[in-house]
Amino acid sequence: MVTSAGEGARFQSASDQSLLVSFGQEITLQAHQQVVKLLRLLESEPVAGIRNLHPAYCSLLVKFDGLGLRHEEVEAILRRYLGRLEEVDLPEPRQVEIPVCYGGEFGPDLAAVCTMHGMTPAQAIELHASAEYLVYFLGFVPGFAYLGELSEALVTPRLAVPRRRVPAGSVGIAGNQTGVYPFATPGGWRLLGRTPMAMFRTDRDELTLLSIGDRVRFTPISAERFAALEKEWA
Amino acid sequence: MGVIQVQEPGLFTTVQDLGREGFGPLGVSASGAADAISLRMGNRLVGNAEGAAGLEMTLLGGTFLFPEGAVIALAGSDFGATLDGKPVELWTAFESRPGQALRLGPTCSGARCYLCVRGGIAVKLFLGSASTHILSGLGGHDGRALRKGDVLNIGAASVSSRERSMSARALKELQARKVLRVTPGPQSDWFPESAQRLFYESRYRVAEESNRMGIRLEGAIVPVPSGGEMISEGVSLGAIQVPEGGKPIILFVEQQTTGGYPKIANVISADFHSLGQLRPRDEIRFERVDWETARALLREQEELFASD
Repeated sequence: MVTSAGEGARFQSASDQSLLVSFGQEITLQAHQQVVKLLRLLESEPVAGIRNLHPAYCSLLVKFDGLGLRHEEVEAILRRYLGRLEEVDLPEPRQVEIPVCYGGEFGPDLAAVCTMHGMTPAQAIELHASAEYLVYFLGFVPGFAYLGELSEALVTPRLAVPRRRVPAGSVGIAGNQTGVYPFATPGGWRLLGRTPMAMFRTDRDELTLLSIGDRVRFTPISAERFAALEKEWA
Repeated sequence: MGVIQVQEPGLFTTVQDLGREGFGPLGVSASGAADAISLRMGNRLVGNAEGAAGLEMTLLGGTFLFPEGAVIALAGSDFGATLDGKPVELWTAFESRPGQALRLGPTCSGARCYLCVRGGIAVKLFLGSASTHILSGLGGHDGRALRKGDVLNIGAASVSSRERSMSARALKELQARKVLRVTPGPQSDWFPESAQRLFYESRYRVAEESNRMGIRLEGAIVPVPSGGEMISEGVSLGAIQVPEGGKPIILFVEQQTTGGYPKIANVISADFHSLGQLRPRDEIRFERVDWETARALLREQEELFASD
């Protein structure tokens, strides 16, 4: 069951209760904006029987109640929504700054990344901290933001063997993406540093620090500053 | 309103209801009971709404005290339960008098047993659900598995509550299966015909390191399609992804919301509860069904539930 149409979207049955809508097979700003617009439209005008939405780089997984809806019906509804994407105004992106203490015990992979690219730690940090990143989507675990694009000079494959436990706040890179681990989880991204900032917390209205579409910058801080901020924000 | 005192927590016991759908955009997966059918049935037996929170025990049950008494039902796998030393049956509501101890042991059948109590387990809801999400430490009782000495509140029983029994037919029809029915995955056609044949003809063993996030399988290595990495996309409950190395993983209730490995198939919704009863070293295999069959099986399951 694969069909393609309107707005260049492609529909695919992913399971008996989910439908995957894709906007091409490339990570582009345009595809990202279509994902966000469809997401926002479905959030502001919810469809009875659609239970959950999983946005990603250039696709949106739509989970629905298979007792009430069929794939074809969900597709027909989504096509009507897709026809209205131009109505959706995306807000000015928020700018978020995330302090990072690079290297040392916080960034156990910094040295290896530098060796692979033939650069000094200072150069790698400068490359990582000088770019502005787009939050393509939150996924994997609560509050994990997929950020791109990483400077081409820093593009690095993920670890061959993932770590069993990556500490919360770890800042990693994988391919041309970067991100911050909100919780201590297993993970295969190469760790350059750590932030004392909480990516996910339940004591504020907005559970996640970052939202889809935000713009992010990393600011290098010292270990002393890290300790001070960690105490202040505890 | 009474309480439950946890005298022994068992191997891994968490508070679960039917989960929290709707927070995928935050990266929050639904969580919820691994065998939702058993939780729903247990709740019906004690007169609760089907989605009330209960205790999900894994492989080895705990010992629980009810200082003010309680109406209890056990559902799912047989963990050899006794009340003050006397055996109690699964699938039947019974009363614990004040001070009696309910003791459960190692499983005699599948992976999970649910303890439902009239009134449900009362915990602070997180995003509308009582379910524990272990990885992020959210929901349930302090976001974690129960420990010795924990005290849980029992909620108020609804006035209209009515105990319902389960027919032998329903119990038989809803039994956990070892042959899991699947529909194609979004990347099925990435796998050559020979790889798919291997996948469907092989028996797989559930690996020890399986948990609520994913059920890891050992057995025939599925050749991973060549032709570059795929772009991460949203993943469905029951998706069977094949990472490098070729050992399939079934994404389960505490699943990651997105993933970048190709998915060869997806377990049908009517068989989700069977996944919740899989133990390490259990042998399973997969059987392909079409979309219409998957839909019909889900509908039949719900009708069986509604009619009983």
